[in-house]
Amino acid sequence: MASEDPAVLTKALESLLVEKGLITSTRIDEIVKNYEEDIGPMRGAQVVARAWSDPAYKERLLADGRAAIAEFGFTDPHGAELVVTENTDEVHNMVVCTLCSCYPWSVLGLPPTWYKSFAYRSRAVSEPRTVLKEFDLDLPESTEVRVWDSNSDIRYMVLPKRPAGTEAMSEEALAEIVTRDSMIGVGEVALGSDR
Amino acid sequence: MDPTVDTATVEATIAQMPQEIALPRENGELLFGSPWEARAFGLALALHEQGAFEWKQFSQTLSEQIAKAEGAGESSTYYERWLRTLHLVTTRQDLLAPQEITDRSEQVRTEDDHTHDHDHLHDHDSHEPHHH
Repeated sequence: MASEDPAVLTKALESLLVEKGLITSTRIDEIVKNYEEDIGPMRGAQVVARAWSDPAYKERLLADGRAAIAEFGFTDPHGAELVVTENTDEVHNMVVCTLCSCYPWSVLGLPPTWYKSFAYRSRAVSEPRTVLKEFDLDLPESTEVRVWDSNSDIRYMVLPKRPAGTEAMSEEALAEIVTRDSMIGVGEVALGSDR
Repeated sequence: MDPTVDTATVEATIAQMPQEIALPRENGELLFGSPWEARAFGLALALHEQGAFEWKQFSQTLSEQIAKAEGAGESSTYYERWLRTLHLVTTRQDLLAPQEITDRSEQVRTEDDHTHDHDHLHDHDSHEPHHH
């Protein structure tokens, strides 16, 4: 390698490629910003926090997920439908894509590696409770587990249960505690959960 | 250009990277240890977006670099290997000549030493004095 300092080499490559008109620094800024700030589970977390705080929004979200996330300006470029399923004491929902790795990118960013693994894809359907236990989620026998199999036309997102003790929290503060796993349905949101 | 469509293409590109060479993440979000890592990431994606190389070419080279570094017991980080891949791919595609990269790196290093400014990756033309 030409340089032992990666920051220097990166800077050199960028300035040369920009000079040659192959790329623009603005476009790199955009790509990086997209990944650092916009894309990723925080979009979904904002949606969940709004649904917890605003009953009318929650109703719209459960009725038509795609339209409700569009209120935030989030859209699925592939035009897939988004179905949001609500977790309650009676029903726990989890999301899988048994065929490949369909995932609600528009709200959750990129799928975690395990989501794409064959083990998760097959076992989420055949033994969901065991899989959930491996994610440290031990559900009471009385809770029904529903597994939603995504495809290219329909993506699913879980609306997790709002944890107790969060009644006084603002929408913004709530969005901070919503984890990606809780929106896939392999985790629950807890106070003090670390994103 | 519709930014949503762009993002989707980029996402699809990097989402399809095999597990062995997948990007480091925390809770699903990309993890950048320092600003240059994010720049190097963006550089590769921007070049690919412009059609400078096929993503397959990049990911194959990256996987070779990772295998090579691991085989040699190197302690290099993921993005150091990513950067090495970027260097290889841009020179193999004749986008850049190795010598001009070496020269420019030298120039950047001299400027950086001069300004004591290693963090402002955007300020190529900034020669403002550093205030101590």
